Amino acid sequence: MGVASYIKDITDTVKSVFEGMSITFSHLVRRPMTIQYPDKIPVPIQETLPLRYRGILEVDLDICTGCLACERVCPITCITIGIDMNKETKQRDFSHFDIDICKCMYCGLCSEVCPTGSIRHSQEFEGASYNPAGLVRHFAPQPASLYKPKKGGETDPKLAVKVDIGQKYLDEFATPDGGAAAEEK
Amino acid sequence: MQAYLDQLIQGGAFAGMPREVVYAIGMLLAAFIVLSAFVAPLAGVTSWLERRVWARMQSRVGPNRVGPQGILQWLADGIKNLLKEDIIPTAADKKLFSLAPYIVFMGFLCAFVVIPFGGHLIVADLNIGILYILAVTSLVVVGILMAGWASNNKWSLLGGMRSAAQIISYEIPAGVSVLMIVFLAGTLSMQGIIKGQGWAPWDWYLFHNPFTFAGFFLYFTAALAEGNRTPFDIPEAESELVAGYVTEYSGMRFLFFFFAEWGNLYVIGAVATTLFLGGWQVPPLAIFENSPMLLAVAQFVTFFLKAYLWVFVAMWIRATLPRVRVDQLMSLCWKYMVPLSFICLLGTVAFMFVPADGQRITSAAMFGLGVAITIIFFLRVGFQIRQAKPELYFKPHI
Repeated sequence: MGVASYIKDITDTVKSVFEGMSITFSHLVRRPMTIQYPDKIPVPIQETLPLRYRGILEVDLDICTGCLACERVCPITCITIGIDMNKETKQRDFSHFDIDICKCMYCGLCSEVCPTGSIRHSQEFEGASYNPAGLVRHFAPQPASLYKPKKGGETDPKLAVKVDIGQKYLDEFATPDGGAAAEEK
Repeated sequence: MQAYLDQLIQGGAFAGMPREVVYAIGMLLAAFIVLSAFVAPLAGVTSWLERRVWARMQSRVGPNRVGPQGILQWLADGIKNLLKEDIIPTAADKKLFSLAPYIVFMGFLCAFVVIPFGGHLIVADLNIGILYILAVTSLVVVGILMAGWASNNKWSLLGGMRSAAQIISYEIPAGVSVLMIVFLAGTLSMQGIIKGQGWAPWDWYLFHNPFTFAGFFLYFTAALAEGNRTPFDIPEAESELVAGYVTEYSGMRFLFFFFAEWGNLYVIGAVATTLFLGGWQVPPLAIFENSPMLLAVAQFVTFFLKAYLWVFVAMWIRATLPRVRVDQLMSLCWKYMVPLSFICLLGTVAFMFVPADGQRITSAAMFGLGVAITIIFFLRVGFQIRQAKPELYFKPHI
């Protein structure tokens, strides 16, 4: 170890400590990034979160085709879907559509494979419950029919709105380029 | 203190009690007052303030719920720790395990005996004051090593050994830096060292010559290492050693270690103020001449503010610098700080032969350098703020 490198070590230490201290001191006069969580702010805190925030999963059953892609792709099988044949209408119905958010690890794979964007992350994050059973979300309390996409676009105005929301979510979230295409539109 | 008790005995206030008993009661009472009225709130508020300052430097808010702006957080924490179960592990050496926190605590509390809070506000102005501080703060090593050994746990033992190695190594640069000032002042007494300086910054030993200026930073770094503060907190490095020597402690015994750590910060600041920053010296204003009470208050406030500035700097360093490795810690001490402190010592000794006029010019020049460094520092802070274009918020509360 030469004298030159010895002195360089000392001056480097002094300089970098000086510079680092000035950076931390400048943070002292900046507004903190964090928000006092349970305090009331003008809008609900969920609305301040970005669109791609991975909150608790929600399902719009009206536009769910029952393809089971989400159930199959889920790495920890927290989604369970039951589909039965309805004897009166001779059509397939959901018997149950449950998501156990205790197990869910918010990987987002299910919302990426969904063809209609019916399963998606909401901005909701407050999932506290008094018992674990309360954390299983039942999206089909009554048997409900499957959605059949129509050729040439949705004609029912009520469903058309929901299809649009799902498609918008897919464009934002489930594209490989991370929503850059949607921003260009 | 003794004179006041003698006066009371003369007045017959204790009705024939032996003199020694009265002295003992008086000392216990004084110790209790110092402990409960000054040290406990000081360490507590320091713990709260550290969390707030640290939070703001990391763009967080920090504890602000208990009391106004969270200032009573330390009371809540203390009461919580008092109510916690005090667990002694089965395999631990029970006697040493229970004794260790008190030895650490005693080591730090004994330092308050010679800290000069004001011109007359000192428990005992020992003629070996600074030597006494170096001696009693080393007592902390015994307690920490005891805690590490008695816990019978590999993390604790490693933490205790690291702490012992660290404190013993850093005693040398700290001691040599102190020796510089002892040479200049010609006394070991804390009050004597302060009286050797003046109220004006250019009369402080900090700006006496270039070597004491460097020696101050050497002393402060070494003192941080002795107090197990970041960036030298490897004895309790969370990522390597769980909590080091406090791993097995819980409840009040756990609290004693942290009480000592935060209280120790003030001792570091107070010793640095005494040695380098002119202690309690206040300008000789006309209003102080007629009221000794006002003078005492002004001296106390001056000393407290100067000492607390360095407590703040220690918090600030903790928020800035990452923890050093064990080998880096040892090389920093033995390869850099020990040689540098000896160079500074020799330089100071050589400087004492410079005639008084030359010394005055050097002091003025060093004071100018100090002002220049401060100005450059704040220019850099302004530069950082302009670079980041953040949302500014100058209020301390939120």
